Amino acid sequence: MSTVTIDKAAPTRKVKYGSMSRDRAWALKWSYFFLTIFAMFSLLPPLYMLITSLKSSAEISAATNPWWVYNPTLANYFEILTSNQFLRFFWNSAMVSIFVVTITMLISVPAAFALARMRFWGSATLATGVFLTYLIPETLLFLPLFKMFAAFGEFTGIQLINKWYVLLIIYPTLTVPFCTWIMIGYFASIPKELDEAAVIDGASWFQTLTRIFIPVAFPGIIAATIFAFTVSWAQFLYPLVFTTSTDQLVLPVGIITTLIKGDVFAWGQIMTGALLGAAPPLIIYAFLMDYYIAGLTAGATKG
Amino acid sequence: MVDVAFQPDRVAATAAKRKPSGLQRAWRRKSTAAFLMTLPLILLITILVVYPAFYSLHLASLNKSMQRFVGFGNFEFLFKRDTFWLVVKQSCIFAITAVVFKALIGFIVAHFVHNIPAKGQRKWRGMLLVPWVIPPAMSTLAWLWLFDPSYSAFNYTLAFFGLGPIPWTGAAGWARFSVILVNIWVGAPFFMIMYLAALKSVPDQLYEAAAIDGANWWQRIWYVTLPMMRNIIAITTLFSLIVTFANFDIVRILTAGGPLDHTHIFATWAFRVGIEGSDVPLGASVSLFMVPILAIAAVFILRDINKRGNEA
Repeated sequence: MSTVTIDKAAPTRKVKYGSMSRDRAWALKWSYFFLTIFAMFSLLPPLYMLITSLKSSAEISAATNPWWVYNPTLANYFEILTSNQFLRFFWNSAMVSIFVVTITMLISVPAAFALARMRFWGSATLATGVFLTYLIPETLLFLPLFKMFAAFGEFTGIQLINKWYVLLIIYPTLTVPFCTWIMIGYFASIPKELDEAAVIDGASWFQTLTRIFIPVAFPGIIAATIFAFTVSWAQFLYPLVFTTSTDQLVLPVGIITTLIKGDVFAWGQIMTGALLGAAPPLIIYAFLMDYYIAGLTAGATKG
Repeated sequence: MVDVAFQPDRVAATAAKRKPSGLQRAWRRKSTAAFLMTLPLILLITILVVYPAFYSLHLASLNKSMQRFVGFGNFEFLFKRDTFWLVVKQSCIFAITAVVFKALIGFIVAHFVHNIPAKGQRKWRGMLLVPWVIPPAMSTLAWLWLFDPSYSAFNYTLAFFGLGPIPWTGAAGWARFSVILVNIWVGAPFFMIMYLAALKSVPDQLYEAAAIDGANWWQRIWYVTLPMMRNIIAITTLFSLIVTFANFDIVRILTAGGPLDHTHIFATWAFRVGIEGSDVPLGASVSLFMVPILAIAAVFILRDINKRGNEA
């Protein structure tokens, strides 16, 4: 009885018919409005870097409208790009990143292949262990690692601290676990018929890896490479701890320690340096956005 | 199931008949090959991650000159210092506030991006992910300049509205706000991109069914979107909790822990004590306090990821 009365009352409730398209247009307008606000928030600091980098130090200290350049000049770029010190930082960063990417791929691709396709004693545990390693932050390990390398230097006489190449040994701890993890996901998604066919044709393990798995999982390899590069380019804590001489510094630490002298901030140059330091990852991202995003989401969606 | 995929024993057997070299036979054997392929990984993890992790436990039990065993002496010392409790409080405030806002903003922005026509989404997604792409050390410098005490561009803009200069990094409350704001700016795009991927995987039929049943937008989110995205939300949040809790770059560059230690979190304080104060054991003790929360988050992440694997 009671349900019937409620049903009768229902149509009197305010129901808008035929407003689907109007609702959609309305929602779309609001979406664009808020997206514009969020995009402005996102792009504000990099944009401000660009604005400041085009100003002379006189204009910066004159405290004119900070959002506008009255006398654009490339003096900061000229100064930064002709300073040997900055080029040295850039070179160090590039060397570290390129070598770390190579080392990472050489370690993680075969390991991921073995873990994804050749089940052996403890392989499942090892795969979980790799993922757990990825979750250990660098802020937990920098002090023991620093002491270990100091002790290693005393013990063998090979001084690794305060040399840029010490970073080649340390950075793989950040890149290898994640790259192995996402490569396991990519390799596991390759149909088994493919490598069965290869084995029937007489391919060895190595050939199966190089002729079948690497070409087929190439998008994954690009994603992992981009990840390894961005992580090693952006790393700040380890170089801050392990390198101190100006000729051994990488870009982020170099800009912060050399351009900030006491309380005097050369903001024009700092922003130029920061923008140039941000450029390589941004350029890679601009051209390979889809791979970048694939790598980003693979960590949690695969496996 | 994977063992079926490969049956190289047969191939290995024929090869062995032709070339009975022991080394080659061992290489052809699956477990040996697999072991050799994973060996560099195992060595790397053991020497540079597992060993240092346990070594830091040992370090934490030594005195400053690292010559005498003091047991829990470092921890007792820390418990008696007000700064330590300040750091604990700030780390928790920092991590929880930042993660909650990152998750909320990421969720909202992902919905907006998902709402607009598919061909425009790429462009917006590209712009919104920029904060995540720039190395945090570089973008924090830009924020530092935006927050500059005398030339702050924000204060310049606020002055038009008659709002007084805000001490962005000078006063304890504002400094904490600034640090969290920058962290949200860096981290929200990650949530956005993860949620967007999850949103796209929700079948349209579910929304259609909900619409036919008369669900409004809130009910559609609460009863359709959220249950479908539950796992991704959990994994992303826990993962971000780990990264945020262990953050170093942003706080170090923006405030270096100041004013008066009011923005220090575990990582930056461990650096201050261990490297700048050259008391490595005490610094190691400080950073060890990150372990419990990291361990809890890691356990839950593993559980969720395994669950995903079983469902698929």
